[in-house]
Amino acid sequence: MKALILIALVFCAVPAAAQRRVISPSDVKSGFEFLGPDLKKLQQDDFANPGTLWVDRGEKLWRAAAGGDGKSCADCHGDARTSMKGVAVRYPKIDERTGKLMSLEARILQSRVERQKAPPLARESEDLLALSAYITSLSRGLPMEANIDGPARRNFELGEAFFFRRRGQLNLACMHCHDANWGRTLFEERISQGHPNAWPAYRLDWQAMGSLERRLRACLSGVRAEILPYGSPEYTDLALYLSWRARGLPIESPGVRR
Amino acid sequence: MSARIQLPAEARRGEIIEVRVLIQHPMETGYRFNDSGTPIPRNVIHTILCAYNGTEVLRAETSSGIAANPYLQFFMVAESSGELLLTWIDDEGVRGTERQSLIVRE
Repeated sequence: MKALILIALVFCAVPAAAQRRVISPSDVKSGFEFLGPDLKKLQQDDFANPGTLWVDRGEKLWRAAAGGDGKSCADCHGDARTSMKGVAVRYPKIDERTGKLMSLEARILQSRVERQKAPPLARESEDLLALSAYITSLSRGLPMEANIDGPARRNFELGEAFFFRRRGQLNLACMHCHDANWGRTLFEERISQGHPNAWPAYRLDWQAMGSLERRLRACLSGVRAEILPYGSPEYTDLALYLSWRARGLPIESPGVRR
Repeated sequence: MSARIQLPAEARRGEIIEVRVLIQHPMETGYRFNDSGTPIPRNVIHTILCAYNGTEVLRAETSSGIAANPYLQFFMVAESSGELLLTWIDDEGVRGTERQSLIVRE
């Protein structure tokens, strides 16, 4: 009887696994591997990589006073090169005080409003991107390690469900491109595995720096789905699933992407 | 808007050196529209100048065909220690400058 149940379970499990053709750990590749030689060279060139302009700006903002008390990030956190090293690899993460899942950008905004008593920066504003690019760049080369245990579990499951749910007029889920068809050619581009380790990145299509959230919006637009507003919890949940899925990949920010 | 210049730390007199320049600029073509449908006015860098110890070594007339955050690379002969001055002017009349010093050994 036990054996029968086991067999039944195996048969039930197979079609589900076939639908969810997840990437095996030995096949996990950064989006960098899907770039042409020119863009690889541009990303690795710290002078010519346009994303480094935002990183430089972020470094200046880190030390600049803002808000009513005239405090800078550095006044509380000290030298970012030591205090912020390795911080970005764990985002998005649960904020202990509010119990909510937060992206790095949301965390910067929280600090800015509550600690610095400064007006919030607009999402995708040059200053917010500069700060998040600077902080993320300080973890360059360190492996992503999202924590999905404890209170983050629920967000992780929501993000995972988002990844596998069909949406938009093209009726595609994230997995249809990035799990099942990565490495194949779509128009003139090779489909990447959709890892978030290069973000915030400089995207040639935008001719500017952008956050992971902006990139996810572009994906939603690509499958002609409803584009959720900036700051929607769906993006952060999905980002947590993506970070877990990319665990072990080194942070590349500021990346260069098409 | 910021810019950066890369030169070798030191050069010999008469040596041909590579100069790299990166300028942060949107290079707005004038053909795009914002989210509410109004055209975004054209604003591109139209002139880039490089002077080495006061002598012009590069003058470029750029237009909307150049991507945002223009990157330039050129060569010049190192003659004496001094300064390279980069100037750029855009359609809004904004003029930006950036300096980088160069040490030339005999």
